[in-house]
Amino acid sequence: MSNRQIKLMQGNEACVEGALAAGMKFYAGYPITPSTEIAELCSQKLPVVGGKFIQMEDEIAGMAATIGGSLAGLKSMTATSGPGFSLKQENIGYAALTEVPCVIVDVQRAGPSTGLPTAPSQGDIMQAKWGTHGDHPVIALSPTSVRETFDLTVKAFNLSEKYRTPVLLMLDEIVGHMREKIEIPNLDEIEVFDRVKPKVCDDSYRAYRVEEGQLVPPMAAFGEGFHFHVTGLMHDEYGFPSNDSEVADKLLRRIMDKIDNNVDDIVIFEEEFTEDAELLILAYGGTYRSARSAVKKARSEGLKVGLFKALTIWPFPETRVKELTNNIKKILVPELNLGQYVQEVERVVKNTADVYSLGKVNGEAITPDEILAKIREVL
Amino acid sequence: MVNQKEIRLSGSGGQGLILGGIILAEAALLDGKNAIQSQSYGPEARGGASKAEVIISDDTIDYPKVEKADLLLALTDKAYHKYIKTLKDDGILIIDSNIELDDTDKAYKILQVPIIQSASEKIGKAMVANIVALGVIRAVTDVVTEEALENAVLKRVPKGTEELNKAALQEGYLLAKASKNK
Repeated sequence: MSNRQIKLMQGNEACVEGALAAGMKFYAGYPITPSTEIAELCSQKLPVVGGKFIQMEDEIAGMAATIGGSLAGLKSMTATSGPGFSLKQENIGYAALTEVPCVIVDVQRAGPSTGLPTAPSQGDIMQAKWGTHGDHPVIALSPTSVRETFDLTVKAFNLSEKYRTPVLLMLDEIVGHMREKIEIPNLDEIEVFDRVKPKVCDDSYRAYRVEEGQLVPPMAAFGEGFHFHVTGLMHDEYGFPSNDSEVADKLLRRIMDKIDNNVDDIVIFEEEFTEDAELLILAYGGTYRSARSAVKKARSEGLKVGLFKALTIWPFPETRVKELTNNIKKILVPELNLGQYVQEVERVVKNTADVYSLGKVNGEAITPDEILAKIREVL
Repeated sequence: MVNQKEIRLSGSGGQGLILGGIILAEAALLDGKNAIQSQSYGPEARGGASKAEVIISDDTIDYPKVEKADLLLALTDKAYHKYIKTLKDDGILIIDSNIELDDTDKAYKILQVPIIQSASEKIGKAMVANIVALGVIRAVTDVVTEEALENAVLKRVPKGTEELNKAALQEGYLLAKASKNK
């Protein structure tokens, strides 16, 4: 018994609905195919819930304003695609170091450069990890369906608020533009996390001071009466620049530990048919759907193939993938690039399994039959 | 084998094929089925080759794209030549009458229907060609019910055009009947 709404919805649309359900109140961006529907819908829906939408002058400003909106206390999001994701990188690093929660959606299209604006790709997967300079914490999620886009957008906001860090939501054109049936959960079924605020309002507040045993400092909003300094330089507890090697080391290690010490809370994945599998297909995003179709066909031919769906792309689901190689000695990674995520798989499994890549960059989705052919080849 | 129908609507940008695909998918949901709609289009806003794909199934749908279509709608010569290769041997081609067929000696079923002409001359608006086409597709395949399709059309079209679009659907049904009786 449910009064949930059943709708035909686009992935990009589900992203906006998820963001609103999570409490987004501010969006700044610069429209770019294939993410434009996200900006368009935010411009229509945010004013209705008392939020604000700003179309900025360019991608860089869109990212900067998103950070500003969050510093002022509002849950903030921006969306883009490849060329814009490149332009946003410096400010993504700024958000990571200044510990400003925000959600950046990248609906991946074929690159490099302007590439194929309307065609799908998963070519930004490594950029999500290493796009901005310096060591920095990264959380990146990648949904495979319209419903997962809704759920993972909520999750992206929750993780960003919980760990005071930017979260990347890596869609691709397949999932972003596809319309499918979705049952939207009621608001009271959705778990929403809000950033922890300082307990008392007095001069003792330090924007970057953590309690003993904690990793995430409580966050005041600009305009609430707290002294609060923000800089992309290494900084002390007050947020003022510091050249002190001890301060720098402590700060960077702490923001990395926020993620590294909470991997179990952040990493989500699903698996099917892995118990007796001789070959594991590890897939994510739109390509996962081709992989699932291929695995079902392979199983009907009696081929022992398992399926792993990485919903959290970064941090990599290392523990479980390592465990699986106790019994599975072959792993195939199909992806819409020339072999990016497969490198991480190779790094993690080392020599415990043979790792195969299936890449495609002509702007079309990988078909189930292409994966099936590769399965037959490597088994 | 699960009951799954894969439909490709093709023509040029601006003909409303993506909207047509959305309406068809929504009609399938109203019938209690599963459906996925996807599309491909060029960087230009109008005039480029455009296609919308709809998969309707009683089961879950993994791969969201149409590989071999059970039904191909072609409203332009360019789309016909581009996508005819992807029609199943036992599929159905619904092609606008103003397009010249290359080869009629094929295994698949061919229905030549004056979709664009009927839309502009009988209904009075060339822009409802997409809705006329949906009427034809429904009547030929029974892939969605008449009731669901009408509801889905009315939900998506602009206010004030309801009667026009209902007439377009009816025209599609008539055209399908006429072409089947040929």
